[in-house]
Amino acid sequence: MTTTAPAPRKITSAPRTTPRKTSAGDPTAHLTAEQIEELGRELDTLRDEVMASRGERDAAYIRKVISTQRKLELGSRAILLFSLFPPAWLVGTAGLSIAKILENMEIGHNVMHGQWDWMRDPKIHSTTWEWDHASPAEQWKHAHNELHHTYTNVIGKDNDLGYGIMRVDEDQKWIPLYLGQPLWNFVNACFFEYGIAAYDLELGKNLSKRRRNRPEFRARASQVLKKIRGQMLKDYVVHPLLSGPSALTTLTANFTANIVRNLWTHSVIMCGHFPEGVETFERRSIEGETRGEWYLRQMLGSANISGSKAMHLMTGNLSHQIEHHLFPDLPSNRYAEVAPKVRELFDRYGLRYVTGSLPQQVGSAWKKVFKLSLPNGFFDKVTNPVSLFKMVTGQDSAEQPKRAA
Amino acid sequence: MTSTSLRSRALRLLESVTTPLLPSDYLDLVDPLRAGADLRGRIEAIRSETRDAATVVIRPGRGWRGHVPGQYVRIGIDVAGVRQWRAYSVTSARPDGRITITVKAIPDGKVSNHIVRHAKVGTIIQLDQASGEFVIPAKRPAKTLFLTAGSGITPVMGMLRGHQLDDVVLLHSAPTADDVIFGAELRGLRDRIRLIELHTDTDGMLDVSRIDEHVPDWAERETWACGPQGLLNAVEEHWDQRGIANRLHTERFRPSVLVTGEGGPVTFSRTGKTIEADGSTPLLDVGEQNGVLMPSGCRMGICFGCVSPLREGAVRDLRTGEITTAAPGDGVIIQTCVSAAASACDIDR
Repeated sequence: MTTTAPAPRKITSAPRTTPRKTSAGDPTAHLTAEQIEELGRELDTLRDEVMASRGERDAAYIRKVISTQRKLELGSRAILLFSLFPPAWLVGTAGLSIAKILENMEIGHNVMHGQWDWMRDPKIHSTTWEWDHASPAEQWKHAHNELHHTYTNVIGKDNDLGYGIMRVDEDQKWIPLYLGQPLWNFVNACFFEYGIAAYDLELGKNLSKRRRNRPEFRARASQVLKKIRGQMLKDYVVHPLLSGPSALTTLTANFTANIVRNLWTHSVIMCGHFPEGVETFERRSIEGETRGEWYLRQMLGSANISGSKAMHLMTGNLSHQIEHHLFPDLPSNRYAEVAPKVRELFDRYGLRYVTGSLPQQVGSAWKKVFKLSLPNGFFDKVTNPVSLFKMVTGQDSAEQPKRAA
Repeated sequence: MTSTSLRSRALRLLESVTTPLLPSDYLDLVDPLRAGADLRGRIEAIRSETRDAATVVIRPGRGWRGHVPGQYVRIGIDVAGVRQWRAYSVTSARPDGRITITVKAIPDGKVSNHIVRHAKVGTIIQLDQASGEFVIPAKRPAKTLFLTAGSGITPVMGMLRGHQLDDVVLLHSAPTADDVIFGAELRGLRDRIRLIELHTDTDGMLDVSRIDEHVPDWAERETWACGPQGLLNAVEEHWDQRGIANRLHTERFRPSVLVTGEGGPVTFSRTGKTIEADGSTPLLDVGEQNGVLMPSGCRMGICFGCVSPLREGAVRDLRTGEITTAAPGDGVIIQTCVSAAASACDIDR
């Protein structure tokens, strides 16, 4: 199921009264309810225009990406049969890493979003696709398409916010456990596919004594274990054995490719909702949300990455995260063309379009991870020599950590 | 160890190499027409027949099991990026590793216009095995009448090319002489068959009740009729009145929608979608418009390529108005292209 937006609802009063912000003031305070609905209508029109123009060229695009990815993977794995020779290891590992990234990002993620369902090709369809990843397609689609895309950036509803293990908003209560979050985040980045599988299983919630024996959970868990077994067998047993004398080096190559893929996808996904300037929302603020308000939340809750065509391809066009969140089932190759139109809407409605280069956005997201691992206000102090001196010498003890808001 | 279990072991090993994809996903990149692949074909040539009809030469994949003249084949072709399935009569005779279909572009026909005007040689299309009962039986009739109009000539052309029949009359209607598909070839057959061409722009439409003016011994002939709705209805009625309906074989191109009724919410349970449908839209269209992966075929209730399990609910056959109901476990299969919702229903797609 790829339905993401709630049905349009009648709005009853203007101006709007519900506050929607949690982090930094209300960036939508200047908009009336009518304006927000008008914004929604403009986005609907934009969506209809692009959707109506889908055609042969788009179909040729995704088929080309898929066949290129498969050839690249086959070729890389063939080279890795001789991975005992360092140049072969290097070339094969690089190729396989790129193939795995393409497979997860531009192909898997987007196909499972239903972006290509309109082609009615059963081989490239959200209901039949399975990907090179620890999380089974079916579970990922539920957690990602239904939960994350519907409840984007709503604290307590969207588990993508910190994946339930990190503090990502100043309004989340600080506990000492969060001191370790830069480390958790790094470990999660290295083994991201397993993190996602655990997350799609809602492992944290379901491991409680009461829940873990439920048949429904057990069935899903065994589905995940089966998927992981198949993935492991392929990368760490079958292909190494096929490599004969190069078995060990093929194993390290496959391991490396998986880590590279994990680090890359983790970085891209962090850039989507973590960088400075992205808003989060209170659970209460989405009650009775209209279509216009839903769009608005997607606009404020996402961030883009600017860069070259190759970068967009390697991020699965999640570099156009804002456009992706507005129109999750629009074919990914079309995001670049709607981006200037979306940006024009941001400008016209006085909203902040968060974007930056990859290093900039990754840096910004990591900064947030470090900053929020400490109680509110501490980070600014420890990174400011004067306040650090005051704090260390005890002249600061009376002052309470300030809220950024 | 038996050879089958050896093969299945080898296959499992191969699958563990390619998981989560299948070995065929990679083999398809190299040879989409190989044995064991989903049945596909490659367009090898496209020949213009008339101003709005063309013959497409297709090389089917290794899994093709052949056809009997008169049968049709379902093809899946991508039009503007969207996979569309249609059924067309096979017009070639005996297998030489290729088959032909002949397509007439109908007004607003998405697929027929694409094939006649835009399709390209080299394109891979999806195929299904040939099927259909509109064929000459093994025991050849002594006297045959083919009664056709427009593109209704296509299955008959397959029969004329594929069989040596004695005493054949072909009564064919088309707007003008130039509009007769296979015109030159048919006229060249005059020493084998009696050809009567009716050019309706000048001669007017065939009046079936006065068929004896063209074919005096029509009632003695085993008849195969193919053409537009109106013609076939008149033919069926006329043969029926004469009490010789058993000598008539017809092939229809379009469904005749008779009755519509109330719609209802339609649940596609595998996809997890529920859509409010009216009582006149075929469930196939309802599903397709909402992103459900629906199998489809002729879209006129003939080929059964679109059948899907109705788990629960009631549907109306748009051709007859007949209601089909199902309760869980009944295992009712419906043709989604000619069925509309008659109540809330649950389709297993």
